[in-house]
Amino acid sequence: MALTHKELEKVARLARLGVDAQALVDLAEDVNQILAHVDRLNDQRIDACQPMSHPLDQSQYLRPDEVTESNQRESLMAGAPAQDQGLFLVPKVIE
Amino acid sequence: MSSNSSSNDQDPTGLLNASIRDLKTRLDRGDHSPMSLSAFFAERIERLDPALNSFISTQIPEIEQTELKGDLAGIPFAHKDIFCVQQGRTTCGSKMLADWHAPYSATVHEKLAAQGAVLLGKTNMDEFAMGSSNENSYFGAVSNPWDVNRVPGGSSGGSAAAVAARLVPFATGSDTGGSIRQPAAFCGVTGIKPTYGRVSRYGMIAYASSFDQAGVIAKTAEDCAVVLNQISGVDRRDSTSSPEPVVDFTADLEKPLSGLKIGVPKQWFSEALDNRVAEQVEAAIAELECAGGTRVEIDLPDADIALSAYYLLAPAEASSNLSRFDGVRFGYRCDNPQDITDLFERSRSEGFGPEVQRRILAGTYALSAGYYDAFYLRAQKARRLIAGHFEQALSQCDVIAGPVTPTVAFKKGEHSADPAQMYLQDLFTIPVNLAGLPGMSVPAGFVDGLPVGLQLIGRHFAEAQILNVAHQYQQRVDFHQRIPPGFGGEGFGGDEHNTGGAA
Repeated sequence: MALTHKELEKVARLARLGVDAQALVDLAEDVNQILAHVDRLNDQRIDACQPMSHPLDQSQYLRPDEVTESNQRESLMAGAPAQDQGLFLVPKVIE
Repeated sequence: MSSNSSSNDQDPTGLLNASIRDLKTRLDRGDHSPMSLSAFFAERIERLDPALNSFISTQIPEIEQTELKGDLAGIPFAHKDIFCVQQGRTTCGSKMLADWHAPYSATVHEKLAAQGAVLLGKTNMDEFAMGSSNENSYFGAVSNPWDVNRVPGGSSGGSAAAVAARLVPFATGSDTGGSIRQPAAFCGVTGIKPTYGRVSRYGMIAYASSFDQAGVIAKTAEDCAVVLNQISGVDRRDSTSSPEPVVDFTADLEKPLSGLKIGVPKQWFSEALDNRVAEQVEAAIAELECAGGTRVEIDLPDADIALSAYYLLAPAEASSNLSRFDGVRFGYRCDNPQDITDLFERSRSEGFGPEVQRRILAGTYALSAGYYDAFYLRAQKARRLIAGHFEQALSQCDVIAGPVTPTVAFKKGEHSADPAQMYLQDLFTIPVNLAGLPGMSVPAGFVDGLPVGLQLIGRHFAEAQILNVAHQYQQRVDFHQRIPPGFGGEGFGGDEHNTGGAA
């Protein structure tokens, strides 16, 4: 199981990472090393196991539907790289 | 074991090795004011940390005498910079958050602050907690106080180095695949990763949410228990936090170990483990037997499968968690974005370091259409297999004892060119995260002047039991009292420059 550069380019696009051609060569090898781990999971004992998404098999409990937080728009927006009058500013999306 | 501690020469004020309870007594008695105690440690950070780089930011505490109430009133500490704190920056070791100010504080912070603990700063870490050497920090590598040419481990390397150098009495950490236990082992301090869900993750920046767990790094098991008492418990702001009742983790510390069954996983003492590390760990287990424990050989196979499952699951969860960093709402934004896609792509590739990008890419692929079953689901099944091994093992013993790391602290740069080698560092710690069990690292000797850790693993929510075992061990040895050369105290304003090598 090895990713080609073309496939990795597609994955980078999905992950919204702007990886240039040179970096892609270095990353491809490293990423393939990570993905090679799947080859080590070819063990029949694993087939019989149920997937485990929570280490204690605890289900997520629900909390009462109550208002607990007040509006904190200003403090939440204070960290935005660009904002104006309560709006996040981004480059033009529709030409 | 022989005792050749020089802690008295190194610690004339007695503050460096003082337990949290002892510090509290001194404060209550009026030997020190909270301000002077904080100033003592703040001065050490300022003077000694340049050789370590264990802090990303420091704070001058504003202490008003009347505010300090609670079980940790006046006790200075540091947070791993993964915990959001409203005052100051929270960076997670990343350029992405280099100038970010959290709009809220983590539950762990609120609980510690409510008990009067005094925050002195935020410690360095591998970017977004991804790493085993602390070389992946945007704010530079951290040095191991025992040998500044070596790594302190990671990702909570700053917290471990700071506690080892006695810059703070305790620090918080987080452990996803070993990030508390491995640096604690490398730096010769005590660290506990509680059961998954024991401590709220609210306000702890997420890496791999089904593994992430907050914990404590301190000098001793007793100090870990004292702090864990304050930070544990269900939190309605974290729906994965456990409703399991919190016991007093200090209550059982003095319990004798007679009758305790200590499981020793034979597969962990293989060629992957350095011989001399193995000797120290064996000696520690023998000491536990002298204290009344009974050794039981147990099976914990498939550490390699655990490692493989983790390195598929953790990047997958990370790729999802880190999708929130988009250059729009908070964090780093690239200059002059051409369009919205350029804004996303460049903000992320310029804001994240190489290891983070590596894991995002691997995780994105593992979760992408057509591969989910083969990668993520299969790894989740493997996780069940590993958890089953622990269940079986813990039906034959009360606690598991073994190594934390295959080797002692390695040199900076030694594994940084080869991620696969770096990942092997976590061979004995990762399985514990897969099963969500509580685990500790306890100082258990030295090889060539570098600390070795003993790992103790308990049943779910049996933190009190492993803390008891660790505490009883620490009554019999003095490894946890050793202070790295050059980081001892000559009292207030003393002069120490010998840090054991070039910084």
